[in-house]
Amino acid sequence: MKKENIEKIVHDNNLGMSIIVKTIARMMIAPVLLFGFYIMIFGHLTPGGGFAGGVILAIAYTLMFMAFSKKMALAKFSGFWASMWDNLGMLAFIVIGFIGLNVGFFMFNFIAVGEPFKLVSAGIIPLENIAIGIKVGAALYAIFIGLSIYERILIQEED
Amino acid sequence: MVVYILNATLFALGLYCLIAKRHIIKKIIGMVIIEYSVNLFLILIGYRKGGIAPILEPGADITHFIKNSVDPLPQALVLTSIVIGLGTLALMAAFAIKLYDKYGTFDMSEIKRLKG
Amino acid sequence: MLLFIVILLFMLVSAIIAIEIKNILSAVVAVGAVGFGVSLLFLFLRAPDIAITQVIVEVLSLIILIRATTRADNEAIERKIDNFANIIGLIFIGLFIAFCYWAFVDMTPFGIPLMRISQHYVSRGLAETGAANIVAAVILDYRAYDTLGEAIVIFTSILGAFVILRSKGKKYIEEKDTEIIGIPNEGEE
Repeated sequence: MKKENIEKIVHDNNLGMSIIVKTIARMMIAPVLLFGFYIMIFGHLTPGGGFAGGVILAIAYTLMFMAFSKKMALAKFSGFWASMWDNLGMLAFIVIGFIGLNVGFFMFNFIAVGEPFKLVSAGIIPLENIAIGIKVGAALYAIFIGLSIYERILIQEED
Repeated sequence: MVVYILNATLFALGLYCLIAKRHIIKKIIGMVIIEYSVNLFLILIGYRKGGIAPILEPGADITHFIKNSVDPLPQALVLTSIVIGLGTLALMAAFAIKLYDKYGTFDMSEIKRLKG
Repeated sequence: MLLFIVILLFMLVSAIIAIEIKNILSAVVAVGAVGFGVSLLFLFLRAPDIAITQVIVEVLSLIILIRATTRADNEAIERKIDNFANIIGLIFIGLFIAFCYWAFVDMTPFGIPLMRISQHYVSRGLAETGAANIVAAVILDYRAYDTLGEAIVIFTSILGAFVILRSKGKKYIEEKDTEIIGIPNEGEE
């Protein structure tokens, strides 16, 4: 959707929650995303790792879904792209494993183990963290979309 | 030992809620309490009194760390278990929503009585 | 040790509240309190990775549970009290705890872990993998197959949830799906 259409939805008073919630959400989504990426990327040095980082990313997008309306969240990050990022994360994890298979065994650590306590070190562990984080984040956002977009139809018994 | 018995009591409470209540959301709550109790039990096995968390810091003494760290293997198993529990909860919530849409109630004994 | 017992008693009281209270929204909030108690206990048991993951998963599971229940009636249905089932349930719980006590007597005492394989992981983790976080080294280098299996399980459960939520009925009346996502006030819809 075009940028002015998204702006129109954001400032519409009938969609989404009240204006206080929208202002705070607008300020808070970027730091939460940054925090999620930080925990995901530094998974081999500080506690956290791929799973916690991925779930924090899903929470940031869920905040956007709940504070602004469903139309705006689906315009920014639709169900198709959530499913696609889920598949790409899983594919990246398996491809890393197969590259290791050519050198040694499956999921062999083929990048050289660097110096400890640096960001670029520990072989394939940061790459696997990022792949798992993207996969888990996209999958949990997709399940939240799935609970909200299908219309709740009450089935009437045939009289 | 007392800690293990309290943990088993938490498991037993979750099991009681799962089998004796009739509201579907209460059954889901019982299942969630059982999951918390099992994850806690696995971490309780690997605890060492006066231990250090299994994360190395720059400039730490390696032999002191090896003698005093807690067990990292149960922590690795529990990490995947927690996220799988979330996936299971999403599936159970989807079941609860569809059952409410079809039968109009959350009560399991009513649902067992109605046909189709 | 006293700290662990105090947090466990708080969790037991919260669990009893979550089981017995009649309003469903309050029961969901009480389960959230149990989850935060578990996360606090993980922090004191020297497992910071697990504490972070437990807090985050707790928040998302509360969101999913509230989303599934606020469209419906909020009262638990307890029209007739079934005394027989309650008493049999309590007797089984008593037997279960007695058997647990007999089983736990033979375990290693609390505070002395049996680290047979973990000695290898802890002593050679940094040199062989280069990661300072030994738990990350275990789940992504020594036991990476388990992480692959876990990714497959999450994928399958999300797929199953979508298949269940999608099907339409034979004859339906469309409920007005509102744009405003939130918890409705009392007395509304």
